[in-house]
Amino acid sequence: MSTVAFAPISARRRRVDKLARGTVALLTGIALVPLVLILYYLVKQGIGAVSLDFFTTDPTGSFLGDPGGIKSAIVGTILMVGLATAVAVPVGVGVAIWLVEFGRASKLAHAVRYFIDVMTGVPSIVFGLFVYITLVIGGFGGSSFAAWKGSTALALLMLPIVTRSAEVVLLLVPNSLREAAYALGAPRWKVVFRIVLPTALPGIVTGVLLAIARAAGETAPLLFTAAAVNATAFDYNDSMNSLPMLIFKNVGQAQDRLVTIAWGAAMTLVVMILILTLLARLIQRRSRLS
Amino acid sequence: MSDPTPAAVRRETPSTEDPMSSQNEPIVTPSRPVPTAGPAAAPQHVARSVTVERLNAWYGDQHSIKDLTLSFAPNQATALIGPSGSGKSTVVRCINRMHEEIPGARASGRILLDDTDVYAPGVDVVAVRRAIGMVFQKPNPFPTMSIFDNVAAGLRLTARKVGHDQVESALRGAGLWEEVKDRLSKPGIGLSGGQQQRLCIARALAVQPDVLLMDEPASALDPISTLKIEELVQELKSRVTIAIVTHNMQQAARVADQTAFMLDGELVEVGATEKIFTNPDDSRTEEYVTGKFG
Repeated sequence: MSTVAFAPISARRRRVDKLARGTVALLTGIALVPLVLILYYLVKQGIGAVSLDFFTTDPTGSFLGDPGGIKSAIVGTILMVGLATAVAVPVGVGVAIWLVEFGRASKLAHAVRYFIDVMTGVPSIVFGLFVYITLVIGGFGGSSFAAWKGSTALALLMLPIVTRSAEVVLLLVPNSLREAAYALGAPRWKVVFRIVLPTALPGIVTGVLLAIARAAGETAPLLFTAAAVNATAFDYNDSMNSLPMLIFKNVGQAQDRLVTIAWGAAMTLVVMILILTLLARLIQRRSRLS
Repeated sequence: MSDPTPAAVRRETPSTEDPMSSQNEPIVTPSRPVPTAGPAAAPQHVARSVTVERLNAWYGDQHSIKDLTLSFAPNQATALIGPSGSGKSTVVRCINRMHEEIPGARASGRILLDDTDVYAPGVDVVAVRRAIGMVFQKPNPFPTMSIFDNVAAGLRLTARKVGHDQVESALRGAGLWEEVKDRLSKPGIGLSGGQQQRLCIARALAVQPDVLLMDEPASALDPISTLKIEELVQELKSRVTIAIVTHNMQQAARVADQTAFMLDGELVEVGATEKIFTNPDDSRTEEYVTGKFG
């Protein structure tokens, strides 16, 4: 009986291994630098603006006096993104259901998928321009700039994101569940609504939250659709303020106090999106499909 | 009892109008408490027969069932054996019209549930599947539902009200009641594999089918769970007609009254299980059951 001797790892292999590990770690570090710096500056510059008044008063628009808070922008962002979500989610999930359960590999389904992919790649300012040309210039609904027109642009932006993410999750629902339901004599629509959708729900919600986070941070679709005002507004057929627009307006001002407001608003927006993302993560973790 | 000439079409099956008919003495199991609720929960039930006549089935261009004729006697278990790809699963999937759910799949021929052709024009697929339940190879309880809701699902999905008694009766029928009665509101996927499969059987039974199709119901389970499923098949014969697809020849020998051997989409031989395993007519059957191929 002789013991089998394995050759020791050569010095060259050890060196290559170290080099490879070092390179990958370095690249990761480089990628982290801007991320950390962004968050650092956001907090450093923005924290000074934060106070109770900052969240509870509207901007005054005054250049020299008290600049006010960002209440109208927070309310406006929630209202406009809320309306956009209310439109984009049912339509997007509906399209995804059709693609997965009915369209499958048909020519029309392929065409729809292709256009959704194209829509995903369309720059957000194009959606803004489209709404500007069709709804704003024509004075559709008796208004020029209006919150609902901003919501329309945001909804167009969200639609492909919602559809794509919902389609992926619906495809993850095992076919064996559909078969089990069909074998029990369930009609097709009940299989979709009682079995497939509840199973896919956590994943769909995650996709929706990510789409909301994306829309909440967009400036370009709102720039020439909803414009910006100072006062808190609840009328969807009138201009409405939003966080990205407020940041856009204030950051270029010559007054340091106004720039600080922009940083504070940016921090607020990031925190809002962070909460949504965390929520999405939490729901994803509880999902039964991953 | 079993039919030596499968080509002959059964027409003399007992009518379902008389559930107390003594023609097929159901196996009474004293260990199983008899549910008391309602006539629907009656444990002894003369099920309907299934007759497959000149069935042909395709997946796209692939002709996978060729002119198959086979009868399933009421309240008996018929095993379908044969090598992989011989079309066993396709046959049972044709019986409850699940075959046509696959894109590109089609079938022709007649499949009679007693005297009713399930492929006749105008027949509601949904009604067919309510009468012919199915258990799949892999346990597939609905992951979003509790144990109770899983059993109730079949009734709810077909727009019927569900009482606690029906769920209990179905779970007892599947031999699962004692194990889960204290945790009916827990998720169905929290059960073990064997329990999940019996949950799926309970789910199928809750709809009160006449026929139960079992597509390799124990192939994903451990030996003890397999044994439980086999015992269950014996008990279930008092309620339903059973068609069971299996790769396991010992299993066929243990549970089936009648065994059909299939090869390349054709029925080679069908007969009493004992005969098929000891003295088959066809040399290919003998070669398969003795393990010379397959």
